[in-house]
Amino acid sequence: MIPFQYARANDVADAIKQIAADPSAKFIAGGTNLIDLIKYDVEEPTRLIDISHLPLRSIEQTSTGGVLIGAMVPNTDLAYHPMIEERYPLLARAIMSGASQQLRNMASTGGNLLQRTRCFYFYDTATPCNKREPGSGCSAIDGVNRINAVLGTSQACIATHPSDMCVALAALDATVHVAGPAGARTIAFADFHRLPGNTPQRDTNLEPDEIITAIELPPKGFSANYSYLKIRDRLSYAFALVSVAAALELDGDTIKEARLALGGVAHKPWRSSAAEAALLGKRADATAFAQAADWLLHGAKGYGHNNFKIGLARRAIVRTLGQAARGMPQSLSDKKIR
Amino acid sequence: MARSGTAKRVTRTASVPEKIPIRLTVNGNQMELRVAPWTTLLDALRDHLDLTGTKKGCDHGQCGACTVLVDGRRISSCLTLAVMKEGAEIITIEGLARDGVLHPLQQAFIDQDAFQCGYCTSGQICSGVGLLAEGKARTPNEIRELMSGNICRCGAYPNIVAAILQAMERS
Amino acid sequence: MTSYIGSATSRVDGRAKVTGEARYAGEFNVPGLVHGYVVESTIPKGRVVRIDTGGALEVDGVLEVLTHRNRPPMADNDLAYKDEVAPEKGSPYRPLYDDRILFTGQPVALVLADDWETARVAASMVKVEYQKEPHVTDLHAERSRAFAIDAPEKPRGDAAKAFASAAVRHAAEYFIPTEHHNPMELFASTAIWEDGRLTVYDKTQGVQNVQKYLCGVFKMKPDEVRVMSPYMGGGFGAGLRPQYQVVLAVLGARALKRPVRVMLTRTQMYALGYRPASIERLALGASSGGTLESMQHETIAVTSQFEEFARNDTGWGNLLYKSPNAKFEHRLVKLDLPTSCDMRAPGAATGVYALECAMDELAIALKTDPVQLRLQCYSDRNQGEDVPYTSKQLRECYRQGAAEFGWDKRNAEPRSMREGSELVGWGMASGVWEALQMPATVRIVLTANGHAEVATAASDIGTGTYTIMAQVAADMLGLPIDNISVKLGDSTLPQCPLEGGSWIASSVCNAIANTARAVRGDLLKLAKGMKDSPLAGAGVDEVALIDGKIVSKRDANRAVSIASAMQSGNAERITREEVNKVDEDKSHARNVHSAIFAEVKVDEELGVIRVTRVVNAVAAGRILNLKTAHSQIMGGVVWGIGMALHEETLFDHHFGRVMNANIAEYHVPVNADIHDIKVIFVEEPDEIVNPLGIKGLGEIGIVGVAAAIANAVYHATGKRVRDLPITLDKVVQFE
Repeated sequence: MIPFQYARANDVADAIKQIAADPSAKFIAGGTNLIDLIKYDVEEPTRLIDISHLPLRSIEQTSTGGVLIGAMVPNTDLAYHPMIEERYPLLARAIMSGASQQLRNMASTGGNLLQRTRCFYFYDTATPCNKREPGSGCSAIDGVNRINAVLGTSQACIATHPSDMCVALAALDATVHVAGPAGARTIAFADFHRLPGNTPQRDTNLEPDEIITAIELPPKGFSANYSYLKIRDRLSYAFALVSVAAALELDGDTIKEARLALGGVAHKPWRSSAAEAALLGKRADATAFAQAADWLLHGAKGYGHNNFKIGLARRAIVRTLGQAARGMPQSLSDKKIR
Repeated sequence: MARSGTAKRVTRTASVPEKIPIRLTVNGNQMELRVAPWTTLLDALRDHLDLTGTKKGCDHGQCGACTVLVDGRRISSCLTLAVMKEGAEIITIEGLARDGVLHPLQQAFIDQDAFQCGYCTSGQICSGVGLLAEGKARTPNEIRELMSGNICRCGAYPNIVAAILQAMERS
Repeated sequence: MTSYIGSATSRVDGRAKVTGEARYAGEFNVPGLVHGYVVESTIPKGRVVRIDTGGALEVDGVLEVLTHRNRPPMADNDLAYKDEVAPEKGSPYRPLYDDRILFTGQPVALVLADDWETARVAASMVKVEYQKEPHVTDLHAERSRAFAIDAPEKPRGDAAKAFASAAVRHAAEYFIPTEHHNPMELFASTAIWEDGRLTVYDKTQGVQNVQKYLCGVFKMKPDEVRVMSPYMGGGFGAGLRPQYQVVLAVLGARALKRPVRVMLTRTQMYALGYRPASIERLALGASSGGTLESMQHETIAVTSQFEEFARNDTGWGNLLYKSPNAKFEHRLVKLDLPTSCDMRAPGAATGVYALECAMDELAIALKTDPVQLRLQCYSDRNQGEDVPYTSKQLRECYRQGAAEFGWDKRNAEPRSMREGSELVGWGMASGVWEALQMPATVRIVLTANGHAEVATAASDIGTGTYTIMAQVAADMLGLPIDNISVKLGDSTLPQCPLEGGSWIASSVCNAIANTARAVRGDLLKLAKGMKDSPLAGAGVDEVALIDGKIVSKRDANRAVSIASAMQSGNAERITREEVNKVDEDKSHARNVHSAIFAEVKVDEELGVIRVTRVVNAVAAGRILNLKTAHSQIMGGVVWGIGMALHEETLFDHHFGRVMNANIAEYHVPVNADIHDIKVIFVEEPDEIVNPLGIKGLGEIGIVGVAAAIANAVYHATGKRVRDLPITLDKVVQFE
């Protein structure tokens, strides 16, 4: 790891000022991913700007009936917040599916969005990786790629985004509030994370001198019919091979609205408007779910070790939609998949 | 083509920042120390304060051996910068017993043989104390899930669950 | 007074471990301590051309950067580097010795600084240039280069012919990938240099092995080097051979004349030893009635380019099953990796996995119940040596294990049992390991106040050695267990073998018995010297030590208190050292056995596997401590679950690197993966194996578990997965 300076930001404006002044600086909040990466020599900031004390820790109802979550709210506080448990249980379940309680106690809401990939080659500085060293090559395409992406990949990168929380936020149509030198703006969740394309070094559309201040959830929480299903190589404390966030609004057996997002398969939480549209007006049954899965997985491509993810995702989508339709979301502690 | 390249490393020159004075309350005692910006809470405890009960098992938040309680919550001290915890209240394994009387969970770990080599034990117990305070786990399955951030390579898991249940019953 | 032996006594080191007081090798913060950080090779093979340490040396707080060019002198002959468990053939790796790179992750420099954080920062400023050479790391690709080593078991009859003519045959290849021990404690050594003497706190399973090794490598006299390991945060075989960090710590201490600690990172530990990947080929031929006619087992396993490490994978069938014709072959493939090494139940964990899966497949071919087939083939003699066992209660293991599990309710048809979306599978397997004893010396110092110190140079790696030694000594000396203090993990203590192979319990406890007898003799002598001694005329084996007294076995009223006997003889203390008697008698086979029954639930569509129940019925002679013994077997079962479902070191053979060199992506079971584990100890009195009838438990718990799970997965799904680990994509064919 390289030596770095430490500075504390007093407020959001101060944070922006500090980051704008030093292009090799990074914000630190929970530190669960950044310190990890610094120790592995993957991230090499020369200055860390501590934003953990910024007053961005509230969870409040908005005037339009949604919820505004401060960027510094720890993951567990968010998952355990009564309003979230009650109105947005999909988000609560997704958060609690990720990492460990220790890490969830540390990790911030904003930081969760900025987690970097777990691709083995991104982490191993002795191997080429376009995300870490643009232009050096992608080692994963012909390498050990069991955990890598099958959707939205490029010649330059087949990394996945590792967050569980973001899969639920994507499904819930959250909005990211950011602030920068030019003022505040909002980014629709679907536009927040990027596909790798030719610039895999850029994970998100957040500008380097911008800071996430809050996440906004729209009023609709799908608390009756939802499920988050995470499939992994052991039953807890592991990243997803495939995860599915499903949320439905039903009228009897008929689907009035559907939300579907995948984790573990792409450089960002994966959604498809076609897949969700295909469910509208349909009976909530396996046939409709399978069609939605086909839409969502349209264009999926395996790279060898990860070929199985496509079929696994297809079945997991059907299963998760079934759980959501039955109003029987996947339990966190009972590992039997209903 | 993709695999033919080699990673380039940026040549680094050393300009090491000054150490920073910080104050922590550790197990009820006010501690003052000077640390580098990158000194983790784990290294501060083990190397600077000689509180070696908190263990380093991976240094990357992957095993839970370094779990301590900061302001009452269980966290991974290996991914926590000491400078960021200025003024915080920290409880380590050394701070759980009171006047020589073991914390009920410490006693339960002995009674249930919830460890073998003992290296993950501090983290398991601190994590368990955090779990008890959270009040979210009631069933064995819930305990298993919420204790999954603490790896025990000796494989004492069923006894760890039994120890937590014992401590729950007696508190 | 109740007997401690056999009771469920809580660990005597429990308090030290639950309070954080127990200090491990990297936790001795001596004054003036210097911290070392290792810079490791990024290539698997070649030479170091240039090392630029300038940048690192400029960092404030950095004291020195050692490389092969400027390190203090080390021995220049292979013999000096051959530790007790080094493979017979080959040249042991010499840390920081020269410019040759033999494997990825090999140390090429050691940065020494005032604190760990500074050393780590400076380490990233060391620039190393390499001249690469072509490398090989893939067992499958190099398989044709495998060469045979002396098979541990001799052939019988004509196995190939008997197989060809057998009524029912099964032949298949099984694969176990490279696995890493991943003890929770990071490998660390603290070397303290004082006036030409060296004290080292080391993470090791054998302090005396490391002591001798360091004497050789650094040409020091035995009394100049002391190695200590009072606690060890898990070994599992990784700490049997001296690891490179101990050499680096001593090099640092010699160079700076200051105490030096070197602690490896988790990633760096993937360049230590590992369970070698192995291809296991089994061919079993049976009569239509279900008796084995032919048994062939061939292993191809990994070793390094510079040493030939091999363990017995193939001979276990001879211990379990009768077969008139048998053939075994062990071959090795040399790869550009560190030397493979012992890992919990080395040889058996892998070999028995393959054997017991093959037996399951044979049972299916025969349409016979798998337990029934094993009973039909049951051998009361070691087939290889043609000798009976000192004891073998394996039949009882099958019976009790099956009864506890409810095996009789099993529907033999695969995919016949389900619960909603899950297929339920029940599988079983046998386990076998050796009941070994090695020479060990135990010293007992009994003081007149009724306290005894019991000491030997063993290490308690978590197995419970401190506790069982205290129990045995308490019983043998007739003292409360609180009056016994056990000293371990110090090379200056009486000779003791490495903590491995499940031999420590039998070795040290039988040595305690012998030493206690000598103490008893001394006490009796003192008692007899007393005026009107009630023990006059009694021989040492006619008295026992009970409740602080020397008591006649014939007449409990004839007794003298230990305190008064010692007082009368003006003896403040009695010090005795004795060794256990290691029987060279080859007329019996000495083994422990087990029967494992496992239940899995497999999501039919998604392939997610849950191991919901395991029963492990073990026959291992006398059980010294029900609590710690239970934990040993339970831990072994957890290892077996990990081996079956999770563990695999993933290599990128293009780079010759481990890609999941961390404990997030090298999966071991977490709490949520583990459910009901039932351990049964089958009664097995054994007066032949050793005087106390102890057989050892460290390895047997894992043996056969992965096979039982693999067999259960087959029973659940109808899909036979022979390549470990059994991940969901191997169980379900995802279109």
